[in-house]
Amino acid sequence: MTADKKQPLGWSREEMAKRAALDIPDGSYVNLGIGIPEKVAQYVPEGREVIYHTENGLLGMGSVPTAGQEDPELINAGKKPVTTIAGAAFFHHADSFAMIRGQHIDVCVLGAMQVSEQGDLANWSTGEPDAIPAVGGAMDLVAGVKTIYVITQHCTKDGSPKLVESCTYPLTGKAVVDRIYTDLAVIDVTPVGFQVVELAPGVSFDYVQQRTAGQLVP
Amino acid sequence: MIDKRIDSLAAAVADVFDGATVMIGGFGEAGNPIELIHALIDQGAKGLTVVNNNTGSGHVGLAALIENGQVAKMICSYPRTVGSKVFPELYRSGKIELELVPQGTLAERIRAGGAGVPAFYTATSVGTPLAEGKEQRHFDGRDYVMEYGLKADFALIKCLQADRYGNLIYNKTARNFAPIMAMAADKTIVQTVTLVEAGEIDPEIVVTPGIFVDRVVTVANPAQESKLVAEGRNYP
Repeated sequence: MTADKKQPLGWSREEMAKRAALDIPDGSYVNLGIGIPEKVAQYVPEGREVIYHTENGLLGMGSVPTAGQEDPELINAGKKPVTTIAGAAFFHHADSFAMIRGQHIDVCVLGAMQVSEQGDLANWSTGEPDAIPAVGGAMDLVAGVKTIYVITQHCTKDGSPKLVESCTYPLTGKAVVDRIYTDLAVIDVTPVGFQVVELAPGVSFDYVQQRTAGQLVP
Repeated sequence: MIDKRIDSLAAAVADVFDGATVMIGGFGEAGNPIELIHALIDQGAKGLTVVNNNTGSGHVGLAALIENGQVAKMICSYPRTVGSKVFPELYRSGKIELELVPQGTLAERIRAGGAGVPAFYTATSVGTPLAEGKEQRHFDGRDYVMEYGLKADFALIKCLQADRYGNLIYNKTARNFAPIMAMAADKTIVQTVTLVEAGEIDPEIVVTPGIFVDRVVTVANPAQESKLVAEGRNYP
């Protein structure tokens, strides 16, 4: 069978963020990556208190400031203006990464280029020789945060699987990913392979398996 | 009497020598000591190794220091910020060296350097290209790579308030690398927005104790890098 790339099957980016937000426990300290992961904050169910950490030195990051209220000295890791919640705290970079490396942050949600069956993550470089290598805090986050969630489209724009047997891009971390939220399914990384936790409405197990370059387990 | 106040930016950076390692505070433009960097451009020291999380943007501040040919090597975690044009061009043409360090490892290397710790082990980067060639050890069932503490000849940082002893407090997320760079440098040079009498900063809220600071120069109205970039400004 041929896959129709434009077929609007599966979850939208907003729905992926919403689904991931359901898995953020009450009372968690959470670090959100740039892009779709940022949207997770909007969808954490009411009644749960979650504290957001940004690695450039703020615990208790609030929402985006209203126009005209931006402060160039109050930004997030993506260098965008943010606000603080009541009860926020500032600290220097070594303390910030002590929170990460020392396993004090509970959950990190980030994007991916590739995730392997073993939970290896590649999300910082395509390894092309003329690319300017830039890693930021990604390697520290995946090595130190207790639970690593990845949000990503199931396939690349040209239809190649992003869930693979082993990563071909340079790694960010080895055996670090716990759960993956794609447009097609929620998938856990387990010793027996990619285990499907939930399928998006109208998406079958076989449909996901055809778009996954690793062993999918029901 | 201890008095770390200095009258001019030029005097504050006068002894930066060719080939020095210079740590520059800031994460993007937040905490970026732009007036001190411009003074270093005027001063002209060359062959510098600069430690900063990024490589500046536009043609002012750190980007201008690089563009002026004063930087031989950058040690940073993220050299390609939006609006960063100078570094990528020089890097692609082989005219500047890059040591890429994960952000948390960079912070801890600086902290260790300032705390007299020559090296340490971290799980960050294990199994990735950034661990290649580094000593590895196994502790409690996990692999770690050895990373070296990082020291500098000079640190240029910005703060919100200082006194003559060099006690400092910062503004929001502009704090970032400044407190640890102040610890890791032989000479720490600070630009402060306000200077107050000793005792006016409550000892309970001092972030950088004065022992880590050598010179304090007041810049009451620091320029905002993103504004200069938006206006298409160049330095010099």
